[in-house]
Amino acid sequence: MSTEQQVLDRIERARRRRPVVREERITLAHGSGGRATQTLVQAVFLDAFRNPLLEPLEDGATLRLGAGEEGVRVNLAFTTDSYVVSPLFFPGGDIGDLAVNGTVNDLAMCGARPRYLSAGFILEEGLPVEDLRRIAASMAAAAAAAEVEIVTGDTKVVQRGRADGCYITTTGVGIIERPVTLSSAAARPGDAVLVSGPIGAHGAAVMLARGDFDIEAAIVSDTAPLHGVVAGLLDALPGGRVRTLRDATRGGVATVLNEVAAASNVAVVLEEAAIPVRPEVTGVCELLGLDPLYVACEGRFVAVVDGDHATRALDALRAHPLGEQAAIIGTVAPEPAAMVLLRTAVGGTRVVEILVGDPLPRIC
Amino acid sequence: MRFVDEYRDADRARALAAGIAARCRPGRTYAFMEVCGGHTHTIYKHGLEDHLPPEVSLVHGPGCPVCVIPMGRVDDATHIAGQPGVIMTSFGDLLRVPGGTGSFLGAKAAGADIRMVYSPLDALKIAKENPDRRVVFMAIGFETTAPSTAMTVLRAAAEGVPNFSVFCNHVMIIPAIKAILDSPDLRLDGFIGPGHVSAVIGCEPYAFIARDYRKPLVVAGFEPVDILTSVHMLLGQLAEGRCEVENQYARVVPWQGNPVALEAIGRVMRLRPHFEWRGLGFIAHSALAMAEEYAAFDAERVFDLPGIRVADPRSCQCGEVLKGVLKPWECKVFGTACTPETPIGTCMVSSEGACAAYYNFGRFTRDRTRGPAGEREVSRA
Repeated sequence: MSTEQQVLDRIERARRRRPVVREERITLAHGSGGRATQTLVQAVFLDAFRNPLLEPLEDGATLRLGAGEEGVRVNLAFTTDSYVVSPLFFPGGDIGDLAVNGTVNDLAMCGARPRYLSAGFILEEGLPVEDLRRIAASMAAAAAAAEVEIVTGDTKVVQRGRADGCYITTTGVGIIERPVTLSSAAARPGDAVLVSGPIGAHGAAVMLARGDFDIEAAIVSDTAPLHGVVAGLLDALPGGRVRTLRDATRGGVATVLNEVAAASNVAVVLEEAAIPVRPEVTGVCELLGLDPLYVACEGRFVAVVDGDHATRALDALRAHPLGEQAAIIGTVAPEPAAMVLLRTAVGGTRVVEILVGDPLPRIC
Repeated sequence: MRFVDEYRDADRARALAAGIAARCRPGRTYAFMEVCGGHTHTIYKHGLEDHLPPEVSLVHGPGCPVCVIPMGRVDDATHIAGQPGVIMTSFGDLLRVPGGTGSFLGAKAAGADIRMVYSPLDALKIAKENPDRRVVFMAIGFETTAPSTAMTVLRAAAEGVPNFSVFCNHVMIIPAIKAILDSPDLRLDGFIGPGHVSAVIGCEPYAFIARDYRKPLVVAGFEPVDILTSVHMLLGQLAEGRCEVENQYARVVPWQGNPVALEAIGRVMRLRPHFEWRGLGFIAHSALAMAEEYAAFDAERVFDLPGIRVADPRSCQCGEVLKGVLKPWECKVFGTACTPETPIGTCMVSSEGACAAYYNFGRFTRDRTRGPAGEREVSRA
């Protein structure tokens, strides 16, 4: 075995070690959705709450309820998410429709039809009531579009300076109507990897809306409810042929696929030229030194499906308005296990690592 | 992005790869140093080594501004950030750079007001918006970023913003290249010269490298085709027995550089007698400090600095990596104790650092990839 190979094996062992939080305090990196978030969740929360439903750390938990003599069984998907986006309003959406769509999408990734949501509000003293009305109206519209109802909630107000205008937590329940076995650990060599549309628009839109850069570009968030397009895919490929569904939120497509590669102990091999990115998103990412693969989407998901049915999966996605620009972006290979590789447009191959901390812009 | 696609075209890359292979003399190996971290980033991000024959190896140089910041300067900056009423501003790359007493990210979590900015002008804006606070800009970078720092100080002076100052850590590329050339344990056949730095300083300052050290240098752009073209040009010089400074990046780099930018640096900054570089030690006349006339904007004079000198951790071999003596993966702590998440050395922090680039993008040998990933069976181990 070559020296380099030995080093790489040592690194792989280090990567798989039990995560330890080394920091004494929470830093912003713990909220980025990348490696630090994973470490925190595993070392603090999973350690404290460990149970078989939580353990897979999927987008939501699947609850199998009922049974008994009558044989009435209900499979529920159950999930929760908090929304702290700044600014509250951005091109293509606001914190309200984000809070509905995000939780609806987590349910959709479990293969469920979303039904009911709760909404908890933490409001900062001084928030204009008119802003809150706008947010509530857009939540109502998003809920109607997604055919879910907001059936319970809570409101708290904190002192000025203790919150950034408005934070929202939504919890969702959905019914799993199809016999699905979706899991991040289900990807197998030979499977195909698809994405439901151009990536990175949400993250780019919000970054520009923050006004930190004097860049103007017509980028609108991709926030949208995905259960409809998911249902079409599941109907087209029944019988476990859809292995994994993940919405590519924080940490982007790269981070989600790293989680799939690790959980399934396979390699994911992406074709850079096949990954759909709108030119204006590419442009903004170039300027800021970011990689669209790590930029958050709020209305896009990654699907791993049986490779023999990749085309049918693509057709099913493209049949829905939210999947018109879906693409097959890669394949699953046996080796190197737990890694994501990218065949670059210029003809090379490189590793796509999980996001570390915030995607920091390069300076020169 | 048509203007970029042209320089990322797979057919052009393959044609250049064939040209590069054809120019290699049988039985000979070639080692070229890409001085600039931006080039290192491009090479790994696009997997460019796949286009190079085994005879050609690229050695990663010291041109990553974050990587060469010594730990003591980070501690000094953290000390300033901890003073009452201070807002410290910094480029994002710096937040995770470890000093002897932790990083900006840790200091921020512990209560210091440290804000990420994208330009020194953003820092000046924060100063104007917070007249009762003292706003410090942590200036780092080569001649690429020094002009914007200088311009910002000129504007602060013109507008009279008394609560703004600069903690100046600007360094210069030529003394670093000279230190590398004088290092006894390195064998190089030529240099891929930095692009953005050269847009400021021009190509003339590199003349001594060809004349005195007999090494060819090609100033290169930052796209994959730029870098492959530059390697092709370097091999062309060697094949023809030439040893010159050539400019592949003429679409951005004028031969004479940018006199306006140089003039701004000259007005606001002065040469330091010496400056410590991470891993390279003290190099004479290698960095810039604020000039006497702008002392009011010089954080080193506005604040009492402990002037901490911290030895690099013993396990860290950033110095050898920065000089190109070690490949990133040859460092003892690479990828195990030192990762992008918990970096020990600076080369693991910035995306332009050789270690971070190798860890994030290059961390596998070609012969491990089978099936759809690996038609090539090249191992670089």
